Amino acid sequence: MDFEFFFKLFLGGLTRGSIYALIALGYTMVYGIIELINFAHGEIYMIGAFTALIISTVLTMLGFPALAVTLIAVAAAVFYACCYGYTIEKIAYKPLRTAPRLSALISAIGMSLFLQNYVLLAQTSDFLPFPSLIPDFEFWEPYAHIMSAAEFTIIVTTVLVMVGLTFLIKFTQIGKAMRATSQDKTMAMLLGINVNRVISFTFIIGSGTAAIGGMLIASHIGQINFYMGFIAGIKAFVAAVLGGIGNIPGAVLGSLVLGWTESFFTGYISSDYEDVFAFLFLVLILIFRPSGILGRAETKKV
Amino acid sequence: MNLLQELKQSTIAAVWFMFLTFPLMVIKVNTVTKTIEWRWWNMAFIGIAFFFFSALWRFMHRRKEKNTETRSQDKKTTAIRRRLAERRFFVPIIVLLIIATLAFPHTFSLYQTNIMISALIYVMLGLGLNIVIGLAGLLDLGYVAFFASGAYAYALLNLHFGMSFWMVLPLGGLIGAIMGVILGYPVLRLRGDYLAIVTLGFGEIIRLVLENWNAFSKGPSGIANIPKPGLFGFDLTLQQHSVYLYYIIIALVIFTIFVINRLQDSRIGRAWIALKDDEIACQAMGIDKAGTKLRAFALGATWAGMAGVVFAAKTTFVNPASFTIWESVIILCTVVLGGMGSIAGVICGALMLILLPEYLRAVSEYRMLVFGAVLVLMMVFKPGGLIENVRKTYHYKEHGPTTAE
Repeated sequence: MDFEFFFKLFLGGLTRGSIYALIALGYTMVYGIIELINFAHGEIYMIGAFTALIISTVLTMLGFPALAVTLIAVAAAVFYACCYGYTIEKIAYKPLRTAPRLSALISAIGMSLFLQNYVLLAQTSDFLPFPSLIPDFEFWEPYAHIMSAAEFTIIVTTVLVMVGLTFLIKFTQIGKAMRATSQDKTMAMLLGINVNRVISFTFIIGSGTAAIGGMLIASHIGQINFYMGFIAGIKAFVAAVLGGIGNIPGAVLGSLVLGWTESFFTGYISSDYEDVFAFLFLVLILIFRPSGILGRAETKKV
Repeated sequence: MNLLQELKQSTIAAVWFMFLTFPLMVIKVNTVTKTIEWRWWNMAFIGIAFFFFSALWRFMHRRKEKNTETRSQDKKTTAIRRRLAERRFFVPIIVLLIIATLAFPHTFSLYQTNIMISALIYVMLGLGLNIVIGLAGLLDLGYVAFFASGAYAYALLNLHFGMSFWMVLPLGGLIGAIMGVILGYPVLRLRGDYLAIVTLGFGEIIRLVLENWNAFSKGPSGIANIPKPGLFGFDLTLQQHSVYLYYIIIALVIFTIFVINRLQDSRIGRAWIALKDDEIACQAMGIDKAGTKLRAFALGATWAGMAGVVFAAKTTFVNPASFTIWESVIILCTVVLGGMGSIAGVICGALMLILLPEYLRAVSEYRMLVFGAVLVLMMVFKPGGLIENVRKTYHYKEHGPTTAE
C-alpha cells in the first residue's frame, strides 16, 4: 500500500464529500424544520446547474468578459434555484402540512419526477458539456499538482457555506425563528413568528446552497444532464442521515465520511458497486445508529 | 365573486411562472454549434396555461375546504356505492365485466391484447403494492426489486435447470415473499421517511447487482429466449400464445383480487389498517408490530414476484433496465391515483395510467411528466384517490341488532 495512492484517494474523498455536503446542508435544514425528505432537492441542484450553463453560454456569445459571465451566471443560477425552491414549497408541500406524512412524501416524489421530466422535455436528454466556471487561480499554481483549483474551490466553498449557515442559525433573528419553528410550530406561531415565512425562507436558503453545489460539481465533472440530481440527492440524504439529520455540522461530517468511504472503497475494492455500497452503508447506519453520528436519540412520547 | 381579484391573482401566477420557466423553456443553447434558439412561443404558452391553471387551483382548493366542512362528497359516494352493492345492479355489472374480459382477445387485435397483458401486469403489481402502502401504510419505493426477482427467477431457473413457467410461477411468488422478508427485517424499526429511502436503496441495489454481476445475471445485456408458457404440450402460434397468456394473467388478477379482498377483512388486514393509523395505540392493543409489518412486506411482494414471472414470459427477455426506480414510482402512481387501500380504485388507476399513454401516442412523451403531476395533485386535492376506500363503520340501530354497513 503506497502512501501516494492513499493520499490521492483521501483528497478525492474530500472533494466528493464536500460536494455531498453542499446538497446535504439543504436537506438537513428542510428536514429539521418540517420533517420531510424533500426529494425534489436533487432536482433543484440540477436546475441550478442547467440555469448556470444556459446563462453563461448566452452571455459568452454576447461577448461579456469571462469574469462577468461567471459572476452573473452564478448569481442567476442561485436566484432561480431559490425561486424554484419557494414555488415547490408553495405548490407541493404547504397544502400538505397537516396531512399524514405519507402524503407529503408521495407529493415530494411526484415533484421530483415532474421536475426531471420538465427539464428533459424543455431542454434535452443528452449530456451537455459544462464550461469550467472556476478559473485556474494563479496563487494556486504551485499546489496544482496536488489538487486542482476546482477541487480547492469546492472545499473552500463548502467550509464557507457551512460556517455561514451555522452563523445564520445561531446568531440571527431569522435563525432563532427557524430553531423555534423546528421545535414546536404551534408554540412558535403563538409567540408571533410567521411560520410560513420561516419555512419559505428555509427552502430558499436550502435551494440556494443546492444550486451552488450543482454549479461546482458541474464545473468539476464537465458535463450535466437531467438525471444528475437524483442519485446525488439520494446520496446527500444518506450523508445527512449519517451525520444526524437536522444537524448542520453533522451533515458536513456525514458527507465527508461518505465521500471518504466511497473513495477508498472504489480505490481499493471495486468501482462497480460504488452506489450499492452507499446504500448498504445507509441501511447499516439506520439499523445500528438511527440518530446518526452527531444526532441525539429521539424518545417518542405518547 | 370578485372577478377582479381572481383575474389579478391569475395574472400574478402567470407572470411568476413565465419568469420562473424563462431560462429553461425559452432559451435552448447548442453548445457544439454555439447557437441559441429562442422559443418565445413557449413563454406565451406557459403564461396562458398558468393563468387558467391558477384559477383552477384556487377553485379546487375552495371546493376541498367546503367538502371537508360538510363531508357532502362522502355522503354522495357512499350512496352511489350502496346502490351498486345492491343485487340487481351488482350482478349484471359483474356478468358484463366477465363477458367483456373473456371476449377481449377475440374481438381486438393481437397488438391490443399485448397492451392489455402489460396493463394487467401493472394491475397485479398495483394490487400487491396496495397491501404495503394502502393497507399497512409503509411507503415502499423499491417494490420493483420484487418484480425483478420474479422475472429473473424465471429467466435463470429456465436457463440453468430448464424449469417451465408453471413450475416457476409459485416459486416466483415464494421468492418475492422471501425477498420481502429480507428487505422488511432490517427496516422494521424505521419511520416512514427513512423507510422510503431504504427501500429505494434496496431497489437500486438489486438493479445494480443484476447489472454488474455478469456471471450470475449476464449483466446489462440481459437474458433472452425465455420460453412462453406451454399448454399441455400443444404447439401454439404467436397469436394463440398471447391469448393464452392473457387468460393466465386474467386468472391471476382474479386470484389476487380474491385473496386481497379476503385479507383485508381478516385479522391481519385489520391489524395493518390499525398499524397505519397509529403504531403506538396498535402495540398497546397487543398487536405484534414487527410480525404484522413483515407479513405486509411478504404478502405484498408475493404478487410482484408472480407478476415478474408473467412479465418474463410475455417479453421473453429480461434485462436490468426494465427495473429502474421509476418503475416503482409508476406503480406507486397507479395506487395513488386509484385510491390507496381500494381494490377497485387500484385496478382503475393501473388501467388508466398504462392504457391511456398507449392510445394517446402523440402525447406519450409527456407520460412521466404527467405521472409526477398526478402524484402531487392527487395528494393535494384528493388524497383518497379516484375511488376512495370506504372504511367499515358500525352503526347502532335503535330497533334491532348491530349491523355492518
